[in-house]
Amino acid sequence: MTKSLSKKKKNSGKLRTIDIVRAGMKSRRAAETRFKIYGRIAIGMGLLFLLVLFSSIISNGYQAFVQTYIKIEVNVDASKIDPQGKRVPEDLSRANYGGLIKASMRTMFPEVKARRDKRQLYRLVSTGASYQLRQLVIDNNDLIGQTLTLWVPADDEIDMLMKGYIDRESDESDRRVKDKQIAWIDKLISEDRVEKRFNKTFFTAGDSRDPELAGIWGAASGSFFTLIVTLLLSFPIGVAAAVYLEEFAPRNRFTDIIEVNINNLAAVPSIVFGLLGLAVFINFFGMPRSAPLVGGLVLTLMTLPTIIIASRAALKSVPPSIREAALGIGASPMQTMIYHVLPLAMPGMLTGTIIGMAQALGESAPLLMIGMVAFIVDIPQGAFDPSTVLPVQIYLWADSPERAFVEKTSAAIMVLLLFLIAMNAIAVLLRKRFERRW
Amino acid sequence: MFMLAAVFCFNIITIGVGMQLSILLMVLLAMSSMAYYFGKKRALRAGNGHAKNLHSLPSFYGLYTAIWCGIPALIIFGLWVVFEPAIITHLVISGLPDDIRNISSDRLNLVINDIKNLVSGNITSVNVDDNLQAAADHYQQLMSTSHAALVVVVLCLAIIAGAIALSRIKAQHRARNAVEGMLTGFLIFCSSIAILTTLGIVLSVLFESVRFFQDVPVSDFLFGLEWSPQTAIRDDQVGSSGAFGAVPLFAGTMLISLIAMLIAVPIGLMSAIYLSEYSSQRFRSIAKPLLEMLAGVPTVVYGFFAVLVVAPVIRDMGGIIGLDVASESALAAGLVMGIMIIPFVSSLSDDVINAVPQAMRDGAYGLGATQAETIRKVIFPAALPGIVGGVLLAASRAIGETMIVVMAAGLSANLTANPLEAVTTVTVQIVTLLTGDQEFDSTKTLAAFALGLMLFVVTLMLNIIALHVVRKYREQYD
Repeated sequence: MTKSLSKKKKNSGKLRTIDIVRAGMKSRRAAETRFKIYGRIAIGMGLLFLLVLFSSIISNGYQAFVQTYIKIEVNVDASKIDPQGKRVPEDLSRANYGGLIKASMRTMFPEVKARRDKRQLYRLVSTGASYQLRQLVIDNNDLIGQTLTLWVPADDEIDMLMKGYIDRESDESDRRVKDKQIAWIDKLISEDRVEKRFNKTFFTAGDSRDPELAGIWGAASGSFFTLIVTLLLSFPIGVAAAVYLEEFAPRNRFTDIIEVNINNLAAVPSIVFGLLGLAVFINFFGMPRSAPLVGGLVLTLMTLPTIIIASRAALKSVPPSIREAALGIGASPMQTMIYHVLPLAMPGMLTGTIIGMAQALGESAPLLMIGMVAFIVDIPQGAFDPSTVLPVQIYLWADSPERAFVEKTSAAIMVLLLFLIAMNAIAVLLRKRFERRW
Repeated sequence: MFMLAAVFCFNIITIGVGMQLSILLMVLLAMSSMAYYFGKKRALRAGNGHAKNLHSLPSFYGLYTAIWCGIPALIIFGLWVVFEPAIITHLVISGLPDDIRNISSDRLNLVINDIKNLVSGNITSVNVDDNLQAAADHYQQLMSTSHAALVVVVLCLAIIAGAIALSRIKAQHRARNAVEGMLTGFLIFCSSIAILTTLGIVLSVLFESVRFFQDVPVSDFLFGLEWSPQTAIRDDQVGSSGAFGAVPLFAGTMLISLIAMLIAVPIGLMSAIYLSEYSSQRFRSIAKPLLEMLAGVPTVVYGFFAVLVVAPVIRDMGGIIGLDVASESALAAGLVMGIMIIPFVSSLSDDVINAVPQAMRDGAYGLGATQAETIRKVIFPAALPGIVGGVLLAASRAIGETMIVVMAAGLSANLTANPLEAVTTVTVQIVTLLTGDQEFDSTKTLAAFALGLMLFVVTLMLNIIALHVVRKYREQYD
């Protein structure tokens, strides 16, 4: 009775519900479109940031893979480097090769007389030229007395000029390459004595104060040793912990505490692990500063939660029927674990480990704390030698004032990103290849 | 155990007889393998050549013997190598003439170093006199005695323990249970490393902080408005009394994190909503990994990006509209940090939005709601606890982030809310205080640990709240 009454009322009124709805439709549709556009803008901005990040790194860094070389003729004057003619290796390694390089620069530009000009002339080539010459002479004593044609690296400022980073038109006092040097370089270019070549030094040398002699091999070796230590420790420990927590641990207070701890450790700022490393490993146990061993230990503690969480997820995805079947034919729980569950969970565990390693490879803050931030020229030969790692090398170069280091930094970042992308790609492939749906 | 392992690896090298000790390790390994072989053989003999007569598989008897042969010896070996240097140094010091022994501990350390250098053939800091030479000889002699003793003890232990284990092997011996018990012990130990790590963090940070708070009152540290950690080297030095009021650092950290969250939360949330509700499967499968790449980029790269690209752009833009922007402005650091955090917010929100049951969407559509209305009025409230949890996790990430601010934010403590000025953060100060070459127990370095404690406590609290929120409301609709 009441129902029909209210229906009558509605129909007799001026506005029906459908009219109200229709009246509002326009603004509701507009709101819908707006909302969708906000979403598109958000994704667009995220992707734009990614694009800007990568393109600025690449555009700043791609030229670091080539380096300007200058061809010079050096007369290896026996009277200058080995006056006694005895060819004693110690004397040869101590001789003044810089003088020979300078002499060859003077013969190329005989018109340069003033002392200040000469000094500028010498600065066209890198200080590395004399090391290069020394190495050649020590390796082959017969070169003494001959005139050699050498391609030596140009100074970093000249390199910047050749790569177009220095504006030739700007005021002379504003740039570090002077007009005379530009004129000399132009003359060398016209004689085909200047060439850009693949920068092998960048991949084979350690750190250096001179950008043209600096390379990433030292840092890369340091990263390698650090990661090896991290992998050797964190993989077995992480897998063992995951196996225990997922398969064997009774539900009690102790395991609850462990679980809460692991979850919290996963979110502790990395620098706090650095403080732990400094206080415990270096000051308490007296381990050496700057060593990949300590870096590896700190990174192990940092990546363990990642590996444990990933490994537990992998174990969880193995269906109980596998375990029940193994137990049913008489295997002990441990045997079931080792022979049946673990092999099936292994791809997932490896994926997690690789992702953890990629994290460790990019990490730098805790390593600053344990002294891996030192200026180290020598290439580390083991986990005990002082060394630095790629991200810290990037940090060090980013702090250097020379223009040429901007380029080196970007190039080092490109190498680091390449490694990270490769590691993540392997992880994805592993997951795709071995992932099983039960 | 892995800490011990690392320590003794290191000591092997410092002792300089790594060859000998590594040979000893190899011998131990070889003995263990032999023990395995003998154990297995004996077990088979005990079972009259048939494994079915045994309690466990023959290989378990082998493992049982091998473990008993190897592990106790290895533990002794580790302890020996860890404690050997300290004991020998002590013995050498007590053998030194009295006039050298009575000097201050710093100089005594130098003498010890010289002795060690002399032993290993390095350059010493002083001329070698008879006393030093005698001490070095003494050191070397103790060293070789100790190593000889180590070899004898370890090998004897390995043989005896292996022999006892071997003698226990009978047909009914429960070797599998014993081996599995030991394995379980190892698993438990590995799991408790998480606790040990937390304990290590808490203790190391707390210990140094307590020492810091003996110099500087807690109230000064927590509520002081001035931060200038340069303590005077000489007593009469002017203007460097050292002030440790951390409020400017907290304010700077908050400012930069706030800017980061203002960037990351809207962008991250909206992209998560778009990806999970609107986009096609194909677009999602491309855009989601691309966005997540932002999380994989090392933070040092973001720092470089902030210095090289973002900060100059912001400064120039400020210059155009007539604002004076510091080159290390909080805005630049915060903006780049925000970019870094976008994927954290978006993937966490994505998960919770996807966890909202389809029935709720269908219900809203059935009532005539548009898609945007469904999202805003139904899905968003349902996912809100998870989103809040994700945002809190992202905030703790922002507070603890180090490299971006070390490279792009300032060093001087500035108590300001203006994002265009340079501010410093807790993490920046920890890095600057600890990367220099100062003695470890100066107030400056201890201050870094006090800051570390604050950082740890704050991020821990944020994480606990976040995890609690996420866990409490996660399965509400299932």
